[in-house]
Amino acid sequence: MSVSHAELREVSKIFPASGGQGDVHALGPIDLNLAKGEFIAIVGPSGCGKSTLLEILAGLALPSGGSISFEGRPVQGEVPYGIGVVFQEDASLPWLTVWDNISFGLLREGTESAEIKRRVDDVIAFMGLGDFARAYPSQLSGGMRQRVCIARTLVLEPRLILLDEPFGALDQQTRLLMGDELLRLWRKTGATILLITHAIDEAVMLADRVAVMSARPGCFIDMVKTDWGTNRDSRVVADPRFGTLTARVWTRLRDESLKSVGRSNRAPAVA
Amino acid sequence: MNRVTIVRLCVIAGSVLAVEALCRFGVINRLTLLPPSEMATYLLHLLVSGEINQAIVQTFSNVAIAFVLSVVLGFLVGAVIHAIPRLRRACDPFLASYYSVPVFVFYPLFVSLFGLNRWPLIMIGFLFAITAMVIATLNGLDRVPPVLLKLARVHRMSRSAEALRIVLPAASPYLFTGVKLALAYSFIGVLAGEFILSGGGLGYAIAYAYDAFDNRTMYALMLFVLIVVTAINSALFIWEQRLLRRRGRG
Repeated sequence: MSVSHAELREVSKIFPASGGQGDVHALGPIDLNLAKGEFIAIVGPSGCGKSTLLEILAGLALPSGGSISFEGRPVQGEVPYGIGVVFQEDASLPWLTVWDNISFGLLREGTESAEIKRRVDDVIAFMGLGDFARAYPSQLSGGMRQRVCIARTLVLEPRLILLDEPFGALDQQTRLLMGDELLRLWRKTGATILLITHAIDEAVMLADRVAVMSARPGCFIDMVKTDWGTNRDSRVVADPRFGTLTARVWTRLRDESLKSVGRSNRAPAVA
Repeated sequence: MNRVTIVRLCVIAGSVLAVEALCRFGVINRLTLLPPSEMATYLLHLLVSGEINQAIVQTFSNVAIAFVLSVVLGFLVGAVIHAIPRLRRACDPFLASYYSVPVFVFYPLFVSLFGLNRWPLIMIGFLFAITAMVIATLNGLDRVPPVLLKLARVHRMSRSAEALRIVLPAASPYLFTGVKLALAYSFIGVLAGEFILSGGGLGYAIAYAYDAFDNRTMYALMLFVLIVVTAINSALFIWEQRLLRRRGRG
């Protein structure tokens, strides 16, 4: 494996007791190494701590134990420069136009206005938002709004992009197309990407490696390499290996998903 | 102008004309109601002669002070209550039942506290309006999407930058509702206070004209108050619609 870009060591998260409940052991301990420029996807049953993991890696939440580093420096409760985050929820700012949404972060960082214009225009063209630069988010579809959020992250030229179920609210066709967009921007920027998703097909289609998480407390129970090659796109779904890999991930995940909804795994295979 | 606006204007104009006709043909007694045209002419006369200038200045300056105080303090109090969950839990029942308290009964107390001047009336308007602003502020701050606060942290924004660039704009539609209510309540509080309790201002002038059977003055002043309040509210409404249309909620 190439140079380690981000690293989690023995990371765990325990939410302290509240409202008559005992401590909730949400995550870990987890070890994860992100190689520079790789695309990793994390799938797991709902409530397994996937999003918590992302927030800890981003510096948005503190771990209860373990250590996190990004480019050799520890991450502690603040989002380091070079990390971009895209959320599942619509995080576009409704009072700003698409253009102003995308330039939001650059303005905050005090970038020169000519440079802002160049970078925003570039990203808008790349994300296919040219016709909507002066539109407000409310005038766009959910998919387009998520594009705006991705563009806003991209314009800051992050070296590590964390995506928390970014396509979760979109329909299947839009998701496949957005997946292609994501691969395209991954190839163009060379950034390291960590994608949290509950969609197994999405994970297998997009990632170099798919990490499968157990039910709470979330730990990795499998790491599936896809070997699609850099120039892949959504057409890999036609590849016979796609079915095999998806089946492998689901087999590992099925028991965990049943556990997370409080059922045993002894149901008959065929009804 | 769209169809709905035209229909709306026609309904208003039609009603005014109908009242005018009923009064002119004696269906409605002059002691009960004056023809709207006469109200308007007499209002014009009052305005030109300057007779009611002092009352206008007194009432509107009182309303303005009550309004500004209630908006500014209401917002600050709302923000503080929102920031301290324990305080919020303690205050919630008071906020919920606040409007069952008739603030007018405190007028004697305010007179003894502030003296016989404009401040007791301002206090009534202010107390009537502030809670609407507090509640609107709490509502607005509650509805800032948590993902936008995370976004602020991703952009490493300071608390003040987060408040100014994320929280305020996100909460602004709700704050706007509070501002509109505070304005209406300030007017109601001050005018009603003058009507019942004061010796000056437009509310007092209306009550005085009523007691003296001076229908012309009474109706002219009522028309004046109605026009002013409608104009201010319409201006706020148009401004709000423009803001909301951009956000796709208009």
